[in-house]
Amino acid sequence: MLDWVNIAVPPAPALFGQLLIGLINGSFYAMLSLGLAVIFGLLNIINFSHGALYMLGAFGMALERLLIRHVYKLDHLYGLLLTFGMALIIEGLFRQQYGSAGQPYSIPEALSGGQNLGFMFLPNYRAWVIVASAIFCFGTWFIIERTRLGAYLRAATENPALVQAFGINVPRMITLTYGFGVGLAALAGVMAAPIYQVSPLMGSNLIIVVFAVVVIGGMGSILGAIISGFALGVIEGLTKVFYPEASSTAIFVIMVIVLLVKPAGLFGRGV
Amino acid sequence: MKLRSLISAASVAVLLGAASSPAAHADGKTVKIGVLNDMSSVYSYLGGMGSVAAAQMAVKDFGGKVLGKPIEIVYADHQNKPDVGVAIASKWFDEDGVDAILDLPTSSVAIAVQKVAQDRGKVDIISNGGSSELTNKFCSPTGVHWTYDTYQLAHVIGGAVVKQGGKTWFFITADYAFGHQLQDDTAAVVKAAGGTVVGSVNVPLNNADFSSFLLQAQQSKAQIIGLANAGGDTVNSIKQASEFGIVQGGQRLAGLLVFIADVDALGLKTAQGLLLSESYYWDQNDQTRAFAKKFEAAYNGKVPTSGQAGVYTAVMHYLKAMQAAKSEDGAKVVAQMRAMPINDFMTRNGKLRIDGRVIRDVYLFQVKKPEESKYPYDYYKQLAMIPGDQAFRPLSESECPLVKK
Repeated sequence: MLDWVNIAVPPAPALFGQLLIGLINGSFYAMLSLGLAVIFGLLNIINFSHGALYMLGAFGMALERLLIRHVYKLDHLYGLLLTFGMALIIEGLFRQQYGSAGQPYSIPEALSGGQNLGFMFLPNYRAWVIVASAIFCFGTWFIIERTRLGAYLRAATENPALVQAFGINVPRMITLTYGFGVGLAALAGVMAAPIYQVSPLMGSNLIIVVFAVVVIGGMGSILGAIISGFALGVIEGLTKVFYPEASSTAIFVIMVIVLLVKPAGLFGRGV
Repeated sequence: MKLRSLISAASVAVLLGAASSPAAHADGKTVKIGVLNDMSSVYSYLGGMGSVAAAQMAVKDFGGKVLGKPIEIVYADHQNKPDVGVAIASKWFDEDGVDAILDLPTSSVAIAVQKVAQDRGKVDIISNGGSSELTNKFCSPTGVHWTYDTYQLAHVIGGAVVKQGGKTWFFITADYAFGHQLQDDTAAVVKAAGGTVVGSVNVPLNNADFSSFLLQAQQSKAQIIGLANAGGDTVNSIKQASEFGIVQGGQRLAGLLVFIADVDALGLKTAQGLLLSESYYWDQNDQTRAFAKKFEAAYNGKVPTSGQAGVYTAVMHYLKAMQAAKSEDGAKVVAQMRAMPINDFMTRNGKLRIDGRVIRDVYLFQVKKPEESKYPYDYYKQLAMIPGDQAFRPLSESECPLVKK
């Protein structure tokens, strides 16, 4: 247990490599937690099927229309149970069909290969992931916080009846929001496919971490989800160098600390 | 408010994830065999429901009855957690009248469950579990280690790699009983052959991203990166190693435990050239092919892993021994299993040793290049056959208290 004594500080180039890898993982966390934050912030649904939809893709809008819209007005727990149940069913169906071993999925030809940066070999595909994720994250933040459409959305969450009275189709807008949120999850899933194993369970392995990221950033805070996604990717990456045994728990330790100090999360708007 | 919901959410999730085992009745009128393994996570495709299907096939092929009683298969998911495994095993033995527990991947769970079985004089037969300590320090008079173990993997694969010139090693190790044992067993082989271990990193089980660990391995400049892990962890590490140009950089990967389902998930393009050691490959002869065909028909067209083939043959041998011993008593049945030679599609004149280790010939395979593969699942070429008495730990080195010296 007392492996701490064995910790050696790696040389600087090694550290750069690890930081970069942390950023790549952070990109996935940011995109997934962003989708969750959009759905929670605007629809008040704790979307536990987010992981399954990361696997499944944008099939989510149909689910919103059929099932999820019936629980918007109820306590969060109903939404949570519903989406968790959906996740189990979706994963079960896929496992039945494809088995849990997963399927190979290769990197697109144009993005294979990599660059030797001197301190590490950076696969092109991973560099692309960072750039793409940064663009999507910024775009989402911009749409919701800085455009007229975003203003409608935020208004519709505050007071749907009033917004509807102005002639805006609120139910459709909400369906599209859910679709957009899970679309982000699906996109992250597609980007992750060549790196990780593509399997029915790929989402449940990530969902708990992503929820922790969202809680740390502040439930519903778009900016919080993006920043904490990237930051936690980096912190997790560093844990893997200094004390790898703890790398799967580091994020949760941080979550506990953040919740003790700022119960609403780093960027939350109050409990 | 939101925070409180989230906390209740977390507890709900924990409750929903808890184990559930199928209902069963302890009436002494049936012989019950429990298949206990990972059904939902990183190892589920190596055993999982496929092992249940294999056990059911064996019961059917045996005739459905032993000592005049019908045979029933029950199964549960131990979630790779020793506490969950122990709880299920105790309930099965104490309340549900289960006679034997099979499969038991995840060595930490296997070690714990073997103790539960030993305390009750019940039988456990490990097929997908790997730690060689199961028949060494933790050996049990009613415990059987059927298919493979870390000592064999270390000697067959580690030995072959060192012989090809791989002298310096860095290990990426799954951080629990199995991974540590596999690393220790392999390191011993490497050192005995004059090689050195330049470093290692312990990775939590079921890890999605290995890039950080691969980078450490790359910077160690070791010739060989030994993967002392299994299942989804092995697949992810090999896949990501190819992405980071590890092999192009002159280092070689040694997957110490690779199953055919892993090769299938990797694809031949990524997996080609890997060495692996198994006791069963479907395309070895008419008998192995016949079993694979039957299994594929019973289980969604999937090719059987050696672990699943092991569950089938283990159930068969167990039932034959029970029939011959005319008793359901664990100690008597295992004594009979020792007395009878093991002969089936994957075993020629195998024997069950006093320490619980099954001794049979094992094989060294290499994964084919994509252009060498002619039909579905045509994945391996056989490089060598290693006689059982050379592949497994000799009794002279055993620390098992059952071995008299």
